Amino acid sequence: MTTDTMRTPLTLRFLNAMPRTGWIAMAVFAAITLVIMPALHLFVSPDSALHVSGYVITLGGKILCYAIVAVAMDLIWGYAGILSLGHGLFFALGGYAFGMYLMRQIGRDGSYQSDLPDFMVFLDWKELPWYWAGSDSFVFSLLLVLALPAVVAYVFGYFAFRSRIKGVYFSIITQALTFAAMLLFFRNETGFGGNNGFTDFKRILGYDITSPEMRATLFALSALVLMFTLLLGRYLTTSKYGRVLAAIRDAESRVMFIGYNPLHYKLFIWVLSAVLCGIAGALYVPQVGIINPGEMSPANSIELAIWVAVGGRGTLIGPVIGAGLVNLFKSVFTVAFPEYWLFFLGALFVGVTLWLPEGVVGLWKRIRNRGAA
Amino acid sequence: MNSATLNGLGWEDNAPAVGRVLEPGLDTSHKVILYLEDISVSFDGFKALNNLSLAIDAGELRCIIGPNGAGKTTMMDVITGKTRPDTGTCFFGQTIDLTRLTEPEIAHTGIGRKFQKPTVFENHTVFENLELAMKTDKGALKSLFAWLDREGRDRISDTLRLIRLDGEADRQAGLLSHGQKQWLEIGMLLMQEPKLLLLDEPVAGMTDDETERTGELFKSLAGKHSLVVVEHDMAFIEQLGGKVTVLHEGSVLAEGDLATVQADPRVVEVYLGR
Repeated sequence: MTTDTMRTPLTLRFLNAMPRTGWIAMAVFAAITLVIMPALHLFVSPDSALHVSGYVITLGGKILCYAIVAVAMDLIWGYAGILSLGHGLFFALGGYAFGMYLMRQIGRDGSYQSDLPDFMVFLDWKELPWYWAGSDSFVFSLLLVLALPAVVAYVFGYFAFRSRIKGVYFSIITQALTFAAMLLFFRNETGFGGNNGFTDFKRILGYDITSPEMRATLFALSALVLMFTLLLGRYLTTSKYGRVLAAIRDAESRVMFIGYNPLHYKLFIWVLSAVLCGIAGALYVPQVGIINPGEMSPANSIELAIWVAVGGRGTLIGPVIGAGLVNLFKSVFTVAFPEYWLFFLGALFVGVTLWLPEGVVGLWKRIRNRGAA
Repeated sequence: MNSATLNGLGWEDNAPAVGRVLEPGLDTSHKVILYLEDISVSFDGFKALNNLSLAIDAGELRCIIGPNGAGKTTMMDVITGKTRPDTGTCFFGQTIDLTRLTEPEIAHTGIGRKFQKPTVFENHTVFENLELAMKTDKGALKSLFAWLDREGRDRISDTLRLIRLDGEADRQAGLLSHGQKQWLEIGMLLMQEPKLLLLDEPVAGMTDDETERTGELFKSLAGKHSLVVVEHDMAFIEQLGGKVTVLHEGSVLAEGDLATVQADPRVVEVYLGR
């Protein structure tokens, strides 16, 4: 074995994982989201036509968070063939974990001027429950954002994958899981604000949460995490790990007979996907200013699957496009014809399944191939 | 060597382990590489295997024939851990109890299997199929940072030439012809460097020319590897020339060279009906 070929630097392998056009697109995206958009929001006067309003920044940040979740979903659905209909749970867990910190940051500025969050005063609680310990620490909360979805996903995934639960059965169980969690969080006694959840946030690390600077920062952070997620996904799916994962998706028993244990392969991508959702949730909550158990409703998780299907499964970039498109539609539609949105969403899903099984990205590839032929 | 003379050579719990320390890995010190004894498997009352006993010597090329439903595929399922036997023992060498291991663990001990229907990874290229099968550390974390070195590339190129797919390395495996898929799967098997190869109808769907080449390949593998070939093609079995075992209703009906077996009146009856 020659040492020179064995020790190809990891950085070089990372660079090779994506074609040049991919890196260029990434650079353009970075310039827009990290420099141009925040600058237009912060330094251009609100009267100017070039000004990017707080509404746009927040909506953009929200969609970026959705895009992170969509890519995380694509990793598990598109590349491992595991359809989770409960990914909203991990998103919400990350949101709640960071939401606890945001609640503590309110301090005595709540309606009841108490050290406790308002909903606890309302319930006549005298002190914080034990599981709120450490929630006043920013660093601890960030760790919790990562650890909470990871632990839940690991425990659930370990038993599900070890029992070789697959396909529709797995999807149904994940849906039941998020539904059960939603019912749990709806209860006031659970200690997470019941059906109102957490809201009325004031600051992060002492800085005003509604200030333009904070908005721009959260927006840019969301964009950074999305880019990181895409790069990580690209590395994973072009590595040998990704090829084994795709092989498990296509012919699991063959993979076992050549000596791979699918359990560890599935578990890794499952937990990673959950953690990415958790991070997205933590970025989402301060931008929209609320987290409640509605985020755990099965409908949310299904909608997530629709974004991925619309964009194109197993393409990484497709889900970003899908999340963007569907949510832009949603923003327009729910204002113009609020009562028809769900019908439209359902029709979209049926349409994509029937005519665009590979989503928007598949359509684009087909058009380009036709042009080349 | 038939199964009767093997009694006592196999692993026994009360055998005194004097003078020799058991080493991990395959132990074929008693010449036998695979040893099935009194294996029974039933599915909803149907006895797929019925007190099946069978021994394969190290380096042997054994053919297994039998009418449909004789239990050939179930036997392979038991050996590779896909199906657990209701009763009986299944040992790989002297020390490895296959009934206690999972499918990936069995693959790691050195048993490779080719399925009846060729199963290659259709969305991967021919090259990638071989890469995935290659013997190496197959842990998930290892795969995250795995990088194919020159030695690995050379091994894949060698195998590509051997299975005559060197011109198709970058082609999607799903686009290969049926015979080529069979060859690719055999190539994947070889990449695993197994000590025992289980081949379920390896020449089904191949042209006569391809069949003959496959026969040559198998004969060249025997000795270094042990092969168990399940086939219906009598000409192919004749070409291989090894010992033949006839299965019927889940147990061994006859065993010997092809001519002897074909002359056995019970075998004739099973194949031609009463």
